[in-house]
Amino acid sequence: MKLVTMAAAAALAVGLSGAMAEPVKVGMITTLSGGGAGLGIDVRDGFMLAVKQAGHEDLEVVIEDDQRKPDIAVQLADKMIQSEKVDVLTGIIWSNLAMAVVPAATAQGKFYLSPNAGPSVLAGKGCHPNYFNVAWQNDNLHEAAGAYTNFAGHKNAFILAPNYPAGKDALTGFKRFYKGDLAGEIYTKLGQTDYAAEIAQIRASGADSVFFFLPGGMGISFLKQYKDSGVDLPVVGPAFSFDQGILQAVGDAALGIINTSQWNKDIENPANKAFVEAFQAEYGRLPSLYASQGFDTANLLLSAMEKADVKDADAFRAALEAAEFQSTRGEFKFGPNHHPIQDIYVREVVKEGDVYTNKIIGTALTSHADAYWSDCNM
Amino acid sequence: MSLILLIEQVLNGLQFGIMLFLMAAGLTLIFGVMGLINLAHGSLYMIGAFCAAAVAAATGSFVLGLIAALAGAAIAGALVELVVIRRLYDKDHLDQVLATFALILIFSEGTRWIFGSFPLFLDVPDFLSGPVTLPGGIEYPLYRLTLIVVGLLVALGLYLLISKTRLGVQIRAGENDREMIAALGIDIAKLYTIVFALGAALAGLSGALVGAIQSVQVGMGEPVLILAFVVIVIGGIGSIKGALIGAILVGLTDTLGGIFLPELLKLFFDPSTATSIGSSLASMAIYILMAAVLVLRPAGLFGARA
Repeated sequence: MKLVTMAAAAALAVGLSGAMAEPVKVGMITTLSGGGAGLGIDVRDGFMLAVKQAGHEDLEVVIEDDQRKPDIAVQLADKMIQSEKVDVLTGIIWSNLAMAVVPAATAQGKFYLSPNAGPSVLAGKGCHPNYFNVAWQNDNLHEAAGAYTNFAGHKNAFILAPNYPAGKDALTGFKRFYKGDLAGEIYTKLGQTDYAAEIAQIRASGADSVFFFLPGGMGISFLKQYKDSGVDLPVVGPAFSFDQGILQAVGDAALGIINTSQWNKDIENPANKAFVEAFQAEYGRLPSLYASQGFDTANLLLSAMEKADVKDADAFRAALEAAEFQSTRGEFKFGPNHHPIQDIYVREVVKEGDVYTNKIIGTALTSHADAYWSDCNM
Repeated sequence: MSLILLIEQVLNGLQFGIMLFLMAAGLTLIFGVMGLINLAHGSLYMIGAFCAAAVAAATGSFVLGLIAALAGAAIAGALVELVVIRRLYDKDHLDQVLATFALILIFSEGTRWIFGSFPLFLDVPDFLSGPVTLPGGIEYPLYRLTLIVVGLLVALGLYLLISKTRLGVQIRAGENDREMIAALGIDIAKLYTIVFALGAALAGLSGALVGAIQSVQVGMGEPVLILAFVVIVIGGIGSIKGALIGAILVGLTDTLGGIFLPELLKLFFDPSTATSIGSSLASMAIYILMAAVLVLRPAGLFGARA
């Protein structure tokens, strides 16, 4: 009830502040079932929280589940563009799905706001004026992990990632910043759940630290098995294996591990504080970085709707580029290829009461842009 | 590559294979006795893991969790047999595949409905955690050693059940000629329910045991299911012995292939290319093994029927 009142008040405020433009219809294609649904659900919940807070009557959101399958994502995008007549698409979690949907959608004049996937192609040669990434380019958090590994004084890292495009982006990103030697470099199978063989190789390699990118369930398996193996080398990873959704499943095995993220719940700014509180009140759990990305995506869209009519593509694009919204990350701006230029933090996994979560212990990279923007001509 | 690393990797392959055996044994038993292709076997694996995680979280006891996994999966298996599978025995394989695929979707979304979309916590119990030092100075996780022992005990138990007990005689007879044993007065419907529940319990046990070192989440059963099918095709459909040998072969090929292929290729390519090509080839290794076995023995290593 309270929320409804708040939403009504917010709607009134927006109404009073003027500039009611044409209605905007958003199509959200995200992963809501099967493995990896936790990520899509967080993006959706973050996005819808912002929509609800704004109480904008002229914003309609259609949500569909892509089941993490590229063919289904393409069908949904076609349906949304042709029969639902959406103006803006968003929601995709996985890079391979984004590659299947985004180029076609932007070519048809639709806007695409990515709340997660940031494949290197879309930041470089394949960039498009109507494509905006609100999260990060795929390499970014790994680059920060490489920078942190130097800072921590490790000189002989063992690195591993799954054998698929985002895994290759990950190791490339790490190596772009890491200056030491590599004790070993392994590509594991995508979806692999048993890492005994890799852990034995790490043990035998003489490495002084481990960097891994294993998102979702793969990371849970790796961390539990790593702890049980008795290998005690320091581990660094991107936030994807340490988000709020999976930390509880990893438990003590994750405590003290360093990971890199563009967001955390303890970033000091009013927007973030309000977001964390509202998310907990609405959904009864702590938000993850995915939820913050969904929330920021919706707020970016709302800020553009305030300034321009979506039917006027050039004005709307300029309004998106300006990115005048209160980001949960604090300062937020787009680079020339419509990818964020932002700080990337170093976090440590801690236990607060019964809940495993992260706290920021430093900044790995400040005002960091991706490595591909110079390849982008638009 | 040192000898210690090699032995450790062989143990890893063995452990992986033995867990696959628990899955494959149930699958091959069900196919052998009832002629049914059960795609929902992976869901029973998932049910075992979720039961174990829920009970272990509520009681704090891993052993109680394992018992819950066995019981939960067996009950789910028996129910599924009574309600759905029973109607499929005289249908062709396509109908069975369609119906059991529907069961996967129902179980996955049902589990999500009850437990939510986020993975559950299930950890190795304290008395089995950490590494032990084996003769020769090999450090190996105690829990994985326990998995090997438990798996071998289950294999022994299954062997005794099938070769020494009355139920085992009925199962073997059912594989050979189901009309005949029905004519001899065996309650074939009851036998089928028992076999299905037994297969489900094995899958549930495997899910719970593996769940402690992996991630307990919706959809965890399907990748294992594919491997279990590879195992029973290699071992020969319907043969428990074939499932054991096939599972160990697949486990060793997968683990050792993943290590030696990239090393081997490093002799010919630069390290980065070798790692990339080697990992891709290693993912194919077990399927190449399956193809090779099928060329040499179309019915599988121990298969009676072609």
